[in-house]
Amino acid sequence: MTETQELAVRDKKELVSKEEKTVPGRFYVPYADIYETDDALTVAMEMAGVEKKDLSVALEDDVLRVEGRIDFGKYEGMEPVYTEYNVGPYARAFALSSKIDQEKISAQLEDGVLTLTLPKAKQAEPRRIAIG
Amino acid sequence: MIMDPFDALSSLQQALDAFRASDWLTTGPSGGGGYPLLNVFRKGDDFVIVAEAPGVRKSDLTVEVKGRTIRLAGTKSVAYPEKASLHRRERLGGRFDRAVTLPVEIDADGVKAEWRDGVLAVFLPRAERDKPKSIPVA
Repeated sequence: MTETQELAVRDKKELVSKEEKTVPGRFYVPYADIYETDDALTVAMEMAGVEKKDLSVALEDDVLRVEGRIDFGKYEGMEPVYTEYNVGPYARAFALSSKIDQEKISAQLEDGVLTLTLPKAKQAEPRRIAIG
Repeated sequence: MIMDPFDALSSLQQALDAFRASDWLTTGPSGGGGYPLLNVFRKGDDFVIVAEAPGVRKSDLTVEVKGRTIRLAGTKSVAYPEKASLHRRERLGGRFDRAVTLPVEIDADGVKAEWRDGVLAVFLPRAERDKPKSIPVA
């Protein structure tokens, strides 16, 4: 059970991208869980501090791209005195192997975790073949 | 004047780097462990502790103040449906309990905590008796 063990500390992972970003500043890679059921693929990503309006999710050519911006206006008038982590926008992309029904993708943002449910396209669902 | 928001981001990131693990904060006597990572800011006379703990539910989070010590404790659970096949598993779950002691006196009754989008902000008003007084120069 995960609940009984002590939660390990991890630094945020900085994004090292092949394609350079056009804006200065560091991006972070959200920690993600991906699991598949018979009818959908689910991606859960930790993006603390991102509000719904600052999220963008796009699926193009079987590549799922997620970006989340941080409203750093909240830090106005705040002077750091002691810090352990940095803040910045999040970005991550996945190449999907299953065919996804784009129209039915749903997203939920709760407590800083973005959960994307990507229903598989009908033809990609496993089909039972009757043996004659 | 047009403010470039990305300049603001860059300078915030630089400011946060400059105070990385400064000796301003000491580890509290109770509660070990380093989760969640936190940042401390000065805002006017007061202080704000900000911590990221995405995936923790508000009901699973405890914030306690005693004297100058703040304790953040809770549980983060990461769950999957039973029949799912896992492709990638990076998120960690578990218990956490962390206490830190501030080098300034705070007004314990005035402490407020806010939980939003996986970010905890604890507002710590500085005790009246601890505020710097300006001395008029005669």
